[in-house]
Amino acid sequence: MPEIVLDETDRRIVNELQGGFPVSARPFRTAARRMRINEVDLIARVKKLLANGVLTRFGPLFQIERAGGQYVLCAMQVPADRFDEIAATLGAMREVAHNYERTHTLNMWFVVAAETQPEIDAVLADIATKTGIEVIAMPKLREYFLDLRFTV
Amino acid sequence: MNARLDPPGLDPIDRAIVLATQDGLPITSRPYHAVARSLGLRADDVMMRIERMREAGVIRRIGVVPNHYAIGYTANGMTVWDVDDARIDALGMRIGALDCVSHCYQRPRHPPAWPYNLFAMVHGHDRAECEAKAAEIRTLLGDACRASDILYSTRILKKTGLRLAARPDPADATNAGADSAPADT
Repeated sequence: MPEIVLDETDRRIVNELQGGFPVSARPFRTAARRMRINEVDLIARVKKLLANGVLTRFGPLFQIERAGGQYVLCAMQVPADRFDEIAATLGAMREVAHNYERTHTLNMWFVVAAETQPEIDAVLADIATKTGIEVIAMPKLREYFLDLRFTV
Repeated sequence: MNARLDPPGLDPIDRAIVLATQDGLPITSRPYHAVARSLGLRADDVMMRIERMREAGVIRRIGVVPNHYAIGYTANGMTVWDVDDARIDALGMRIGALDCVSHCYQRPRHPPAWPYNLFAMVHGHDRAECEAKAAEIRTLLGDACRASDILYSTRILKKTGLRLAARPDPADATNAGADSAPADT
């Protein structure tokens, strides 16, 4: 992917708007004031940054485990000649949230998201059946995470 | 028939809001009003519920999600470590607190193919930058670490985030949100 040239305001949007977007009637106006730009400009720039792929999304980032949902990281060893076919199979599954090709004999790494553990188990079984490849589940046992954005 | 249970803490209206916003917020001057209109709810109610989900941690944050590749962080290294089980929690906390680590998890080993139980994501402009960060982690782990590797991502095959399924249950108050949910195919 070619690197896109961002001006100073674009950079500030990417850096400063990763959290803390207001929940209010005119949130872009509030956020724009904080950044000393105007609302119309901010809205136009967020649209542009999404359209050119600098941003993958804009909105709430859900952590569904807090509401009882589950995410599981999984890995598979996919033969080179079946890689695109299997990527497409996983790509079409709603429960597959992310999928990355990585440099290892376990070369396909993806995250399955669902609301309950039985659903997760069913999806993993479905992937194994559809692809004929063993799915190695690596659920997180502990998270070691310090989100400094939430400190006051 | 056989309606699924809502996750604890999410009522059907919250769930409709999740469905309507999991692809993103409308980029208009009054995005929460637009969400409310699409669901037949009051904007005040939508904002109150979003605020409540944020306080409960169901919403981790609200804002932009950058594509690391597009902003120059083309090297994305998943560093993985085989760490002494007796010391992993104390060391994991210290590694998770490093500025260069965006996510840090303990996960199960799958020996012999996969001996690693600690995962720490590092990002850099190139692989050398990731390796410098991995060296920092290596120093911190000391003799508690038996083996390690770095897996670089070479392609994003999919990145959509969480997807809840729309439920075509006529008794369910979330019907208004179903249209905005992605197809199940």
